[in-house]
Amino acid sequence: MRELSLHILDIIENSRRAEANLIKIIIEENIKNNLLKIIIEDNGNGIEQDKLQSITDPFITSRTTRDVGLGLSLFKSAAENCAGNFKIDSEINKGTKVEAEFQYDHIDRAPLGDMTSTISNFIATNGENVDVVYQHFYRDKSFKIDSREIKAELDDLSIQSRQIIAWIREYIGENLEEIRGGETF
Amino acid sequence: MKSLTELKDLRNKVQKEMKKRDQGTRAEIIVGMGTCGIAAGARDILKAVLAEVEKRDLDVRVTQTGCIGMCEKEPLFDVKLPGKERITYGNLSETDVQKIISEHVVNGNIVTDLVIARHKSE
Repeated sequence: MRELSLHILDIIENSRRAEANLIKIIIEENIKNNLLKIIIEDNGNGIEQDKLQSITDPFITSRTTRDVGLGLSLFKSAAENCAGNFKIDSEINKGTKVEAEFQYDHIDRAPLGDMTSTISNFIATNGENVDVVYQHFYRDKSFKIDSREIKAELDDLSIQSRQIIAWIREYIGENLEEIRGGETF
Repeated sequence: MKSLTELKDLRNKVQKEMKKRDQGTRAEIIVGMGTCGIAAGARDILKAVLAEVEKRDLDVRVTQTGCIGMCEKEPLFDVKLPGKERITYGNLSETDVQKIISEHVVNGNIVTDLVIARHKSE
């Protein structure tokens, strides 16, 4: 994957298929400590403990574990190739939490990429059924969007309406630009 | 800077527009968003679909699905018009998206050279 935001899109697609109705995404750009951390947490069906051991091994993943596929192993190697760490925890019927750490200035670290599209596209296609909380830290600034707060303003109007999605896209873009000092990504 | 309070005004505006709309069955576009699709550029395809739907002000439902087993033909999406068979288009570029939306979704003519599968109506 060319961008970390594409890995994130891939992992939240797993959450969607695991019937999560709430996904939390946290990105921490901790430049002082040369660390980039990505946390994705859902309240989906969860993964059995014995499967969890082998889930990031692309050669063990086969039809039985096809629900998860290659995505997690790609994300894991992306982190480990950048002197980072990867961790996955899960509990049946509770949810799954994926944490990846990257050395911020590692030469092999893919750019974070277009998070605005990752989040707004996901809400555009799933917003009615799946809520998303996205929090982004950059140095000492942060930004948070919670689709439940948006829905509260909308009454019975769908969050997937084109005009609302256009608003969400601009809202995320503007805020990312603000906290990241003028650069969306 | 945008704030959540703007949403109330936007909501009132959109609701008025929606009332004018035909509430009949809608066309649906389903974009493949498995690992294979994403790696092949599905996010940009989805973005192009949403942009085209917005530009033309179409009443189309855009959703996503996981890997459907045609990884080598990604990025791909399905178009399902009400009462018609579901068509899968593959190996797509962003210009194909515009073509499919104007010819198939708007005018009902299947773009034959981009079709990779047809499914009888469920």
